[in-house]
Formats: sequence, C-alpha cells, structure tokens
Amino acid sequence: MTTVEYLLGLGDDALVEAQRLAAWCARAPEMEEDVALANIALDQLGAARLLLGYAGELEGLGRDEDALAYLRDDRDFRNVLLVELPDADFGTMIAKLLFLSAYQVLLYRRLSTGEDARLAGIAAKAVKESAYHLDHASLWTVRLGDGTDESRRRMQAAVDELWPYSHELFGWHGDLRDGWLSTVDGVLAEATLRRPAGGCRTSPAADSASVAGWQPRGGRAGRHTEHLSYLLGEMQVLHRAHPGARW
Amino acid sequence: MSEGWPLWEVFIRARRGLSHTHAGSLHAPDAELALRNARDLYTRRQEGVSIWVVPATAITASSPDEKDAFFDPAADKVYRHPTFYQVPDGAAHL
Repeated sequence: MTTVEYLLGLGDDALVEAQRLAAWCARAPEMEEDVALANIALDQLGAARLLLGYAGELEGLGRDEDALAYLRDDRDFRNVLLVELPDADFGTMIAKLLFLSAYQVLLYRRLSTGEDARLAGIAAKAVKESAYHLDHASLWTVRLGDGTDESRRRMQAAVDELWPYSHELFGWHGDLRDGWLSTVDGVLAEATLRRPAGGCRTSPAADSASVAGWQPRGGRAGRHTEHLSYLLGEMQVLHRAHPGARW
Repeated sequence: MSEGWPLWEVFIRARRGLSHTHAGSLHAPDAELALRNARDLYTRRQEGVSIWVVPATAITASSPDEKDAFFDPAADKVYRHPTFYQVPDGAAHL
C-alpha cells in the first residue's frame, strides 16, 4: 500500500538531489560536465515532479507538486540526510550521486514491477535514468580514486565522510542494501578506494554498534541538518515572494 | 584543468541505414567520458542511435592551402558524371 509519506520520501530525495546538482551548473571542471550534471539534475527533478504530484493527489488536500516543493518547511521534508549535505568539492558530489543512484536503480527496478501501477510507471521511466546516473558517478569515482594523489585523497575523504549516511537509504527497504553494497564495492575496488567499516546491515555481526558504526538518520521523520534549511531558502524564495510565478 | 582535456570529434548516426555524420566536437579526459559527453551534448533531442568519438588529433585533414591542387582538377571533367550513355527502356530505379 503506497503512502503519502513514502512518496514524499522518494520525491524529496530526488528533488533535493536535483537542487544540489543544479548548483554545479557553470561550476563543474568543464562545460561538458556542466551539461552532464544539469541533465542528471533534470532527470531527478522529473522524477520528483511525478512522485510529488502523486503524493499530492493521494493526500487529497489539494496540494500539487509546486505546493509540496515550494511551500513546505524543512520539518515537512522526508528526504534522507545524504542528499541535503553540502557538496564540499566535486568528489563529494560524485560520492553522493554514486550512493544515491546505486540505491535508486535497485529501488526503481523493484517498484517498476510492483502492485501500484502508477508508481510502477514512474519507476520504469526513472530506472533507465538512474542507470545512467550510476554510470556517470562510477566513471568519475574510478577516475578520481585511481587518479592523482590529490584526487585520490579527496575521493577517499568523501567516501569516508558520507558512508555513515548511506544506511538511512535503506530504512524502508533494508533488503536492498546487500545489492547496493555489491554495486558500490565493485566501483570502490576499481577505484582502488577503501570501503569504510560499518558495511553489511544484514549480517549478524553488523548488529553491534562497534561494527555498524555511526548511522545518522532522521530525514525520513523530518529531522534534518541545518543545510536543508539553506537549500530550501534558495529553492523556495522565488515562489514564496511571487506565488504562482511562471517563466 | 581545462587545458588538460583533449578535443574529440563527434559523429552521430541519426537512424539505422544512414552513415555517421560529423556533429561537432567536445572536450573529455578519455574516450569513455567523451562518449558520454557526446550523448549529453548531441543526442538530447533524440538526434541519434549511434555515436562515434574520435580524438581530434587522430584526424588528418586536407589543408586549405592545398584546395586548388586537390579539388580544382575535378571541375572540368564532366565525363566523370554518368551522363554520356542512353538509359535502356525498362531499367528502373537508376
């Protein structure tokens, strides 16, 4: 049974990631990468619109995709913390995209054969896009990890920093983490990067806090980092200042 | 960093049965990323079903200085066009 909370979670993941990626336009190392990241951002935004539109209809309070995107406060957002974290550098953005897209591929693939026909349709479209996002993030992870000393140092730092946040992705679908780990492990191995501890959620050993490590969460319940407020401030200011503004 | 990325020439095949046609050029650090950049830059509106990327340095081009020697001699050789024979009746689709 699809719930509004669930759709908001998936939609907000995509929306916040789109906003973060859009900030790279004109700031990536090359114009070609500007375009690539903008393309990915637009894919995520497209999925967010469909998911939030569906959430609004299911909720039945007359809120459309714009009302949900532009008129909710941070406490009402249901995205995972991972996507709202700031992009300290290019490697951080790539690591976030790697973690998110590896999860979205598995998630959308599952949903595309699910019982909810409307959600299945959205997922079937999104899964092809996610596969491309994963491909893009994987190629960059390998090039940065197995690149220069400086790129390797930054890429490893980004993976280490973000790894604890990856656990929250599997709050609703714990059984997807093993598949996610095999995807991400493969990319990290090819990139000659070290996988941080606290890996396997489903193995018995991981139940002890010492192995599982720090696992920040709360995004799905609306408890966010301060970074989301700033992101929303920028994303929502136009709509709030000029309600219903259009191009 | 920008100076470090080599130039690639992009060729797109619009449909099955057509040849790849030069679409433009782009910068990329290596062939794999060049192919993906080409996808993002030149096939956003369903322009193609196949992409080739070629390092610009791998292309040997004729020089504008050689234009006369290369192309002018062909100008007055009308017999190279198939216009000097009768087409038999019944030969369709020529």
